[in-house]
Amino acid sequence: MAEIVAYRQLGGPPTRFWGLLALLAIPLALGAVSYFYMEHYGHIVTGMDNQIVWGMPHVFAVFMIVAASGALNVASTASVFGKTAYKPIAPLSALLAVSLLVGGLTVLVLDLGRSDRLIVAMTHFNFTSIFTLNVFLYNGFIIFCVVYLWFMLERRMNRYSKVVGMGAFIWRLMLTTGTGSIFGFLVAREAYDTAILAPMFIVFSFAYGTALFIPLLLATCRWDQQPIADELLARLKNLLGVFVAASLYFVTVYHLTKLYMTQYDDFERFVLLDGGVYTFLFWVGEIALGGILPLILLFRPRTSRRGIVAACALVVIGGLAQMYVTIIGGEAYPQILFPGMIESSSFFDGVVHPYMPSAPEVFLGLGGVALAATIVVVVLRALAVLPARLDQVAGPQV
Amino acid sequence: MSLRGLLQFVACLALMLPALAFASERTPKPDIIIANPGHCVAPTEIMRRNHPEMLLHQRDLTVHEGIRTTKYNLERCVACHASKTTDSVLGPKGFCQSCHAYAGVTLDCFECHASKPKLATGASQ
Amino acid sequence: MSSDEGLSRRGFLAISAAALGGVMLAPGIRLIEIAAARAPDQPASSKVRWGLLIDTNKCQTGCDDCVSACATENGIKSSGHPRTDSQWIRKIELKDMRNGRTHSVPVMCQHCAEPPCVLVCPTGASFKRADGIVLVDRHICIGCRYCMMACPYKARSFVAQELTDQNPDVPRGKGTVEGCTFCVQRVDRGQQPACVDACTKAGHNAMTFGDLNDPHSEIAQRVAQYATTAIRADLRTDPGVRYQGL
Repeated sequence: MAEIVAYRQLGGPPTRFWGLLALLAIPLALGAVSYFYMEHYGHIVTGMDNQIVWGMPHVFAVFMIVAASGALNVASTASVFGKTAYKPIAPLSALLAVSLLVGGLTVLVLDLGRSDRLIVAMTHFNFTSIFTLNVFLYNGFIIFCVVYLWFMLERRMNRYSKVVGMGAFIWRLMLTTGTGSIFGFLVAREAYDTAILAPMFIVFSFAYGTALFIPLLLATCRWDQQPIADELLARLKNLLGVFVAASLYFVTVYHLTKLYMTQYDDFERFVLLDGGVYTFLFWVGEIALGGILPLILLFRPRTSRRGIVAACALVVIGGLAQMYVTIIGGEAYPQILFPGMIESSSFFDGVVHPYMPSAPEVFLGLGGVALAATIVVVVLRALAVLPARLDQVAGPQV
Repeated sequence: MSLRGLLQFVACLALMLPALAFASERTPKPDIIIANPGHCVAPTEIMRRNHPEMLLHQRDLTVHEGIRTTKYNLERCVACHASKTTDSVLGPKGFCQSCHAYAGVTLDCFECHASKPKLATGASQ
Repeated sequence: MSSDEGLSRRGFLAISAAALGGVMLAPGIRLIEIAAARAPDQPASSKVRWGLLIDTNKCQTGCDDCVSACATENGIKSSGHPRTDSQWIRKIELKDMRNGRTHSVPVMCQHCAEPPCVLVCPTGASFKRADGIVLVDRHICIGCRYCMMACPYKARSFVAQELTDQNPDVPRGKGTVEGCTFCVQRVDRGQQPACVDACTKAGHNAMTFGDLNDPHSEIAQRVAQYATTAIRADLRTDPGVRYQGL
């Protein structure tokens, strides 16, 4: 019962479209200026140092990369799991996925100490390094998304979209496992050194990707005054709710396990009690705003569209807070060279490392976000990716 | 404009190209100053063309295998080629930089490597 | 030692004086014998494993001879930004929380046999040389700092600003990662690392450097005879730097 789905381009008068691009040009330009500033003077102009080695750019980049693989979720649900209700919005999902990945990768690459040596990274491989594997995983994901998009949009290739969709689904699971393992494989820091980070990041990706997809979908419908079926939105919001709940589960298991182990007592006290900004971001950002409040908003009896969008925004805020606590909090807590001893040195051993995000770092991260948004906006206008009709949901077998 | 006319125009331009070869008096050339007389470790023509490859190969031998022969040693290159006035291979009249600026090729080596030879005390100036 | 039957008293004294002199000038002489055996055009060999033994009983709080010697030898200058300035070696002051016992410990790159930094480097710039010295090939380092995240000993530093006036023997530059090299430029010439040299010259004699694979070297004999520890031995990185007195 192959339904023929019609697609359309983003409509509206040119001034509105160019106005949006002009707006996006501002963070893009700021991001570019920040990159050249950092590249010229060195990382001394940022807040990163020998203690906090990865900072705000990585918070943004890892968030976007994790969200990218999750954004493909809606398309996978359509092709792989046969939920044809999502078929009309599957191409939009693939577009968001590839844009987020490109944006996140751009930030990561531009933050390198020697970003002019990207070609070296593409030609010299150390296969024991998860970063090297990620080079292949990220590039493969882009190729998968583009091919998937093509197969979904071109009628002759529709019958192959399931196979590619399956491949893309498996690939994005490998990709997010790789991203989580960037941290999970490290023995050097109390916050890492755990296998749970890989599946945890996979579940986070489901939540963050869906939380970015829903507002994008509503925005495109709003832009062209296209009605959208309540039922479709209800399905999406339930999906998001389940993912947020699963994220809370993984965070709980992670902390319960580390709480149980005596060696992590001091670290857990740091994150959960007296870590200052990290404790605040964990409880208020990750748990309350990113977990509990969205669940309330999504599962209460009379959910409004505004409530759904608010829940999505909160999940995104919670996600950024989670990345900050995981990445920067994990670095701020000192490395333990001599367990049971108090350490002090001229190299800041044994003390919590302070960190202040600097303007160039934040602008670089926001520039990556703007890049992703720009790619989405331009492709929506150039290609027919949006569904022509969303006010009817597919039949009962879904 | 017809296709034939266009082809004629392009052919005229192409015929004028050899004229550029005769404009060599106006073509800037790099001002390469040889600080010390004598021979380099290989003939000039070979050095000119192949020094990037030689450097790329030698650096792997030195860094990864610890082979530190004196013949192909960047410090010796710098010591011999450093300008007598500025004591450096960089700068507008520097041996390395003058040619690299002319050719428009990024000179990355001296981000890390000292561009001045070692003093007798062992430190760079 | 050959039998001294039939040797005159003068002869015996001459031999003893020479032997004593040889012992007193060691460990430098021992080291030079073995290191100079590698000609400059010969690659580093895995027959050798360079190691460092630090007797923290002889390290005092406030003494930083090793730290200043390293800075001088490798051209590391303070730029007034301690948080981003490179430190290849530092003294960590320890206090045992249970009994108040204190230690002053020089810590640098531990030159592990199983280095986590080498595992994680995407380009292979962080590598272990055949003779055990862990180095950064700054030609292919892209400055991602993943090795800094991965090192359990916080051994590496990132060069955050432009450098000038580098020591020609020790190229260092902006945007790459660096750490203790066991003064590889000196070791390859048959000398000891600058920190060991300085400590010995000052008379503290807390540091011994040598070939762990050579059963006759001082370090191998000491490590076999006395108990030594490694920092975070539980991580099983098998460091080349061993400590006594902890």
